[in-house]
Amino acid sequence: MDNIKKFKDSKLALFLIVLTIFFILNFSIDESNGVLWRLPALFANLPGAINSFVESLINDWFLIEIYDPDIEEYEKTGLVKEITRTFSGLILFFIELIREILLGGVNTIASFTDWDFINENEWAKWPALPWTIVAGGAFILGYALKGLGLSLLAGLSAMYIAIFGQWYPAMETLSFVLIAAPFSFILGLLLGILAYKKRTVEKILAPLLNIAQTMPHFSYLIPVVAFFGIGDQAGALATIIFATPPMIRLTILGLKKVPPEVLESGLMSGCTKFQSLFKVLIPTARHDILIGMNQVIMQCLGMAVIASFIGAKGLGFNLLLALNGLKIGQALELGICIVLIAVTLDKLSLAWANKQTDYFSDLPFFERNKYSVLFFIAFVVSIILAYVGSIIFEGGINYFYIVEHNKGLTTQHFWQSGIDWIVENWYAGLQGFNSFLITGILVPMKNAYLGMPVIATFMLVMGVGYIVGGIKSSLIVCGFLICIAFTEWWDRALITAYMTTFAVLVSAAIGLIVGSLCAQNNLATKIILLVCDTFQTLPSFIYLIPVIMLFGVTDTSVLIAVIVYATIPATRYTVEGLRNVPVSMIESSKMSGANKWQQLTQIEFPLSMPHILLGINQTVIFSLFMVIIGAMIGTEDLGQLILKSLSDKNGIGNGLILGLCVSFIGLAVDHLIQVWSNKRKKDLGVI
Amino acid sequence: MAESKNDVIRCESVYKIFGENAKKVLQNNNGKINQKEFEDKGCFIGVNNASFSVKKGEMLVIMGLSGSGKSTLLRCISRLTDTTAGNIFIDNEDLLAMNDKELIELRRNKMGMVFQSFALLPHKTVLENIAFPLQIKGTSTKDSIDRAMSMVELVSLQGRENSFPRQLSGGQQQRVGIARSLAVEPDIWFLDEPFSALDPLIRKEMQDEFLRLQGVLNKTILFVTHDFDEALRLADRIAIMKDGIIEQIDTPSNIVLNPATEYVSKFTSEVPRERVLKVEAIMDEYDSSKENVLSDLKVSKDAIVETVVEKVFSQDHPVPVIDNNNNIVGVLNCDNVITMLFGEKTKN
Repeated sequence: MDNIKKFKDSKLALFLIVLTIFFILNFSIDESNGVLWRLPALFANLPGAINSFVESLINDWFLIEIYDPDIEEYEKTGLVKEITRTFSGLILFFIELIREILLGGVNTIASFTDWDFINENEWAKWPALPWTIVAGGAFILGYALKGLGLSLLAGLSAMYIAIFGQWYPAMETLSFVLIAAPFSFILGLLLGILAYKKRTVEKILAPLLNIAQTMPHFSYLIPVVAFFGIGDQAGALATIIFATPPMIRLTILGLKKVPPEVLESGLMSGCTKFQSLFKVLIPTARHDILIGMNQVIMQCLGMAVIASFIGAKGLGFNLLLALNGLKIGQALELGICIVLIAVTLDKLSLAWANKQTDYFSDLPFFERNKYSVLFFIAFVVSIILAYVGSIIFEGGINYFYIVEHNKGLTTQHFWQSGIDWIVENWYAGLQGFNSFLITGILVPMKNAYLGMPVIATFMLVMGVGYIVGGIKSSLIVCGFLICIAFTEWWDRALITAYMTTFAVLVSAAIGLIVGSLCAQNNLATKIILLVCDTFQTLPSFIYLIPVIMLFGVTDTSVLIAVIVYATIPATRYTVEGLRNVPVSMIESSKMSGANKWQQLTQIEFPLSMPHILLGINQTVIFSLFMVIIGAMIGTEDLGQLILKSLSDKNGIGNGLILGLCVSFIGLAVDHLIQVWSNKRKKDLGVI
Repeated sequence: MAESKNDVIRCESVYKIFGENAKKVLQNNNGKINQKEFEDKGCFIGVNNASFSVKKGEMLVIMGLSGSGKSTLLRCISRLTDTTAGNIFIDNEDLLAMNDKELIELRRNKMGMVFQSFALLPHKTVLENIAFPLQIKGTSTKDSIDRAMSMVELVSLQGRENSFPRQLSGGQQQRVGIARSLAVEPDIWFLDEPFSALDPLIRKEMQDEFLRLQGVLNKTILFVTHDFDEALRLADRIAIMKDGIIEQIDTPSNIVLNPATEYVSKFTSEVPRERVLKVEAIMDEYDSSKENVLSDLKVSKDAIVETVVEKVFSQDHPVPVIDNNNNIVGVLNCDNVITMLFGEKTKN
């Protein structure tokens, strides 16, 4: 009797019961059962409603009179439209300003004068900086901030970009990032501080941040297009909206971690509110805020490609073209440029933030201003070089001034022939694997997912929710899913779910195994963490390049890219979790005579499981993102529809709802894992 | 309580109750505290009716176990937390009536504080940390750095001024904390368990250092500790707290000799008295009208008994006790010492 009762109470039993009911439902209900099979699309009108709401908001709400200089008359226009127009004009102005300082142009001068003035005066044109100045500046800046290593990284990156003929798009991307990144950083910092100071703000921001961090990249683009049109400014705005949430989150996290005594010590030193915020709180929370800054830069460069969908110029746009044209070699070169810019900006900003003041050096003028002097020398030398270049390369391209697009050195033929070789020699093998994967695993799995009646899905998910976090979790998860079920895209969501599930299973397995193995050895730990760091720096798009190279445009490519991308957090968290098991526990297990395997399974895994699961959580979110990005190379899930609504004039409603669908899948999983992990941590007393 | 112009700090019936309706609950009860009743209403008692004053140059040690309200009391007086009821005067000025600006001025010029966890700014070097209160005040960089350098010398950290806090040991970090709190030359020095986070040997060393500094600086000090031995060693007077109430406030000798409550005697019973008491506390009165046969040995009234006991026992006559001006203020008999050492045991 006792045993039966115990079994009844145990979670395993509950799970088995849930599973049994799931399968019974699965096999007994089919398309003829109506509501039990698929819920009616109650929300089908929602996108249309959103569309008309947004349209009236932009055009009809709060009309104001604005003077239009073109037709020399006052005109009625919507307030929202004017605000967004002014705002995007402002952003565009700054982007163009930086762009023209780097590359030359007339737009900035034109905005201060007018086009007639430009047309009449030949000289009214800002000349481009020779690339040698920028590269020289990069060398000097790197040296000034940190030393030789950083100097070489920054300078050589700039030289690489110039020599390989990507200068023009790279500077376009840079000008875009140099506006979007500081803007996101400051906005995120301010909102984070506000949330830290005011409980209400934090309460309002929390759910928004959750949704923002699970919404796929593409979904950000659609409302931006509706409000701000297309172009560089729209791309920058989408990037800002995308890059700000992690900054807010890390700011709050960092500020909350500041020990109360440090704050008190500031107050006792007589800090005003302002001083205690900017001289005590923020600098003390610096570590997390810097991680935030780092994230912002990474997100900005990650979005550089995606923002090119709505007209942002630069490397991303070219990369997109190259990928579409299957010019893998070229895509690879562009990808390297993006990565170089990302890594350089990241390291430069870190070094800048860590810079120290020297109080004791009483230096002569030259020593104190040596970097300015050096830069001035570089400036002059570069201009002389550019002049000399104009004589040497007369009539051709002045390589000392601006290396024109795609006129530099190139290695793309090398890569291309490498790929051709691989395709030629490995084609049979790769295709074999490819078709095996598709017909043997993916298609049956997809069919199984699509064959699930909605009632069975809910039974399973809510059952798991109940086991993990009781009635409350069960209802929360149900709430997320029912929103998706009421849209007309449930089937699409199932496809997204199947791809994500497959990717997560494989990623988690690889991550766990690799992570566990590497955690056994100090050197391997260091190496694997470095690899994770490096891979995390790469914008998500880059992952698509090599897989398309090998597998062409198929679901396999998408899945492999997803798996590579999503394995990073699984691996990292596994290593961290295992390495952070308290030494005393390991010693006690050793003294109890446990062998390596027992130690791993009985001590290390159970203790680090909460942390590892947080990694799996990240894996799920990363996978979802990449699956949606995979729509780029053609999948037929939610992502494809999001991409479609991007080019649709009335796409905002669809795009938003589709984005929320993806977000809700992520949030449901996130909820389950967080609840379990927190509970478990509490049980283990790790918190 | 008698007002005195010499009082640098004066607390009158200070209450600190934590909880949302603390003020209301306290008013409804007319200032009467009933722990259980308060807890039922979601309130937690931090400080319960504390009244005392600290004179210029005096060191008051607030001693209590964790949760006794000692740090809370300190934070009321530094106004890091809001006091629920009562009055606090700093140099006869009403602390609780000050606006933000006045409070900031007070802290910038008159107060310094040392924290248990050191509370150094992790992004600043030793020198920058020490110069911080000066820079906050608006002192020029050069002056503040010069001043900070002399503070570095005061706490013997020469050579470490460009290190970051994380590169220092606990003892060194607390030296920085001490230097920082003294940089503005405050009149009032708050120390919140400054040595509790240190190893025993380092703690002893820091206490010596602290006594040396106080010998030079002669600040008015409020020192919080949970270590009774530390309190005995450093204090001019000790306030012993329990559950927010000051159980006894008196000189170390009086507390050891006459513990006011059972709780206090728990601390004092195990204290080796000869190591705590000064000669003054156990000497007999000196009656100059009578004819006295005294030994040639003289002892200072401030000497700790332990340090003189051996010499006193070797004398045939009572030993004269002298003050700083070499005047005889009392006599010490061997009987006094024996009663002190074994008194209670023989009584029992």
